[in-house]
Amino acid sequence: MSTFSARKLLLAVAAPVLALVVAFIVTSGILLVLGDPVVEVWQTLLSWPKPRQLVQIVNGATVYYISAVAVAVGFRMNLFNIGVDGQYRIAVFAGAAFAGQAWFPGPLNVLLTIVVAMVAGGLWASIAAYLKVRRGISEVISTIMLNAIATGVVQWLLLKIAVKQPGSNTISTKPIPESSQLSGLSLIPGATNKVYTLILLAVLVGVLYWFVINKTRFGFDLRATGRSESAAVASGVKVPRMVVTTMIASGALAGLVGMPLLFGQDHSYGTTFQAGLGFAGIGIALLGRNHPLGIAAAALLWSFLDVQSNALQIRAGVASEVVFIIQGVILFAVVIAYELIRRADVRLEQQRVARELAATRSDAPTPEGATA
Amino acid sequence: MGRHGPCGAVASSRAVSVPSTAGRSDRCRVGLVTSGPGALTTAARSPNSGPGRGVVAITASAPERPATPAGADHAVELEGITKRFPGVVANKDIGFTVRKGTVHAIVGENGAGKSTLMKILYGVQRPDEGTIRIDGREVHLHSPADAIDEGIGMVFQHFQLADNFTVLENVVLGAEKLHGIGEGARAEIRRISDDYGLDIDPDALVEDLGVGARQRIEILKVLYRGAKIIILDEPTAVLVPQEVDELFDNLRELKSEGLTVLFISHKLDEVLSVADTITVIRRGTTVKTVEPSSVNARQLAELMVGAELPTPGTEESTVTDRVVLRTEGIVLGAAGASRNVLDGISLTIHAGEVLGIAGVEGNGQAELVEVIMGMREPTSGLVFLGDTDISEWRTREIREAGVAYIPEDRQRHALLLEAPLWENRILGHQTEEPNVRGLIINAAGAKADTERIVKEYDVRTPSINVKAGSLSGGNQQKLIVGREMSHRPKVLVAAHPTRGVDVGAQASIWDIIRQARREGLAVLLISADLEELIGLSDTIQVILRGRLTGTFDPDTVTAEDLGAAMTGAAGGAEETR
Repeated sequence: MSTFSARKLLLAVAAPVLALVVAFIVTSGILLVLGDPVVEVWQTLLSWPKPRQLVQIVNGATVYYISAVAVAVGFRMNLFNIGVDGQYRIAVFAGAAFAGQAWFPGPLNVLLTIVVAMVAGGLWASIAAYLKVRRGISEVISTIMLNAIATGVVQWLLLKIAVKQPGSNTISTKPIPESSQLSGLSLIPGATNKVYTLILLAVLVGVLYWFVINKTRFGFDLRATGRSESAAVASGVKVPRMVVTTMIASGALAGLVGMPLLFGQDHSYGTTFQAGLGFAGIGIALLGRNHPLGIAAAALLWSFLDVQSNALQIRAGVASEVVFIIQGVILFAVVIAYELIRRADVRLEQQRVARELAATRSDAPTPEGATA
Repeated sequence: MGRHGPCGAVASSRAVSVPSTAGRSDRCRVGLVTSGPGALTTAARSPNSGPGRGVVAITASAPERPATPAGADHAVELEGITKRFPGVVANKDIGFTVRKGTVHAIVGENGAGKSTLMKILYGVQRPDEGTIRIDGREVHLHSPADAIDEGIGMVFQHFQLADNFTVLENVVLGAEKLHGIGEGARAEIRRISDDYGLDIDPDALVEDLGVGARQRIEILKVLYRGAKIIILDEPTAVLVPQEVDELFDNLRELKSEGLTVLFISHKLDEVLSVADTITVIRRGTTVKTVEPSSVNARQLAELMVGAELPTPGTEESTVTDRVVLRTEGIVLGAAGASRNVLDGISLTIHAGEVLGIAGVEGNGQAELVEVIMGMREPTSGLVFLGDTDISEWRTREIREAGVAYIPEDRQRHALLLEAPLWENRILGHQTEEPNVRGLIINAAGAKADTERIVKEYDVRTPSINVKAGSLSGGNQQKLIVGREMSHRPKVLVAAHPTRGVDVGAQASIWDIIRQARREGLAVLLISADLEELIGLSDTIQVILRGRLTGTFDPDTVTAEDLGAAMTGAAGGAEETR
């Protein structure tokens, strides 16, 4: 058993490491061809971050983590929720509008805002769920469309209720009262800035995700549907209901994505609110193999590259966008590597089973071996 | 066909070193030939060697053929074919020779390695070791296109025809360059049909044709592409006895025209009646090659099995008068079709009774099972479990109420191939002890019970943590049967429970069904294996075009009677209702 799990661990780590190496080589090649200073770029990117940057990395990863878990919930049952991006923007807008009203005191306002955001995200995702179950429309298509619609809807509503920021052109929702703002945790020594308080929310999301998927009946049904829909149907899983539940759960989790930013940094939703978190989540979920700890590692790596790239322009004279190339290549490589390793794993295990059975057979020869 | 030049040339220089195969009779084992596969990987590849050049290829490359002494009248020679193929039986040191213009049968149990061998011969898979010679010339087949170029054609068990196309369109599909798609092709199809007595009208629509005619279209397809060697994979599996006779007439016709037929089967009577030579394969290797005149079915069976042959066969009746499962007038309409898929199915199964459903595949059996299991909503009709109306219940409730289910396609419907055995033990019983405690999965309980199933039902596996996909078909099926029997079922719905499993697993699955029947289980048995149906059932009903058309007593009925009823040929079958 111990060698068995050691082999599993090795296989699990091999693919991401391989992908990182490939990304390193490919990016270096591109930089060389373009005549950019390869060594300086890597020196900048791979230098140990300062405490202040460490905090930025952790904060970035917190948001990415929630987004990736939201995507991963769908992935586990072969449901491709590309719409996390739209769902989180709808949700954070609804949450910010609600929190800004300050109908409830401090922490209660935070709690209820989170609920509002989850409901908003879930409702938005339920449109795609309905279209898939009742109208047979692929969730990939409908969620992509809904992302575009979400952009428009949020923009339109924002214009309706926005307040003008004094001394600037940006508009935003009414800022949340100070009593509901979360100042953050001083987790990293020597840093002047603070880690989002709602990192606790990300941890909670991760633990719940792990528990529900791996330990509950619902999670079993979900995974069974993902592995083989036909077998799940025959086993009594009501697949349409699973699609609706999972899609809404994914949307509700997407609703949480913007919360750390809202309460820990922006304090309102406006035109400058961070965009594209949902798409990053897709990549991070892939890189982290939908595993709660794998996603955490992937989110940290993504955020690390983001933060480190800020210095590229100054220290190496290279546009920080080079990091997008690295991230993209990592994703390509990792998807290919995972598939290769998965096949190798299946083949190795089949061979091992055949070998061990052959060994037991030759120990005690049976009259008719059930080889087939 | 200049691109065949290098292949022929290299092959000939290699083939010289091959020892003569003349004079081999029974044991066709020859020491390994030194040339491994893959030597010609790049040389013989051609990007567009599509189908349809078979005839030309053979004649053009014929002059390059080396003068191997034995090759002259040998259409196919296999030597030392070894294929290491994880999880299932590998081919090990397979060797035999097929004479030109004969019907050569390959027999063996399900899972003995026949299909792998045929895939190797058709270029779908490549052997790890060994040589293939066609007409005495060594070949390396990288793809079916290569095989077609060598004049090898294959008729698969599952037909590959487009229903809404005509015969002509189906035949020319992918071979448009041969005779065009118009009059030329039509004339060629007529010619082939007449020459070999296939009786095919090129302009008939495939969906209007029966199974036998469809099979003849498949044969015509490979002939059209210039095949001289035709592989038929279990061709009789889908046919009723009368159609089998017609097929055999066609095969004799092909033979008399100088074509070579490789006939794969595990039905011994058929093999004995049609084959000129029989090669027996057991556990991946050739056991013996015999003449049909020198053996009887019993001896052949024992060669195949390597042990005493088990027979299904119930003992004294255990049927009680307590009705356990009953359906009432189940109708299932089909979208866009005039005929109902199920048309008024009423059946009754008592405790301790096995009700067998005989029928040619596709006559509504699969749909009937899905309706009973709650996976499909019937247009009308009722299903009762005991006195309870379960028509509106969903699959999970039905399974919880004690209906065990062995689906027809275990890999698609009964297993999660990439999940460990113990998770597969939970599948289908996600709400029952010992798999769950409330809403939480009880992994420890499920694992312990999987260990018990593995032991009691003799599932051969190194561990319960391996993936289900790593097990052989027979062991997968034993796991499924063990799982379904572990929840005290009242009813067992078993669709083809021994399909594709080895003979050992087959015998133990039969034993389990018999044992459960003695204990009062009601069994709905759907099978294409008439012997299994006759041997296990207390009553047999025939399903034809969605209707139950006759009831038979397995003690008196013969396979021929059933065959006639299954095709609707028999007028005398009594009505059930």
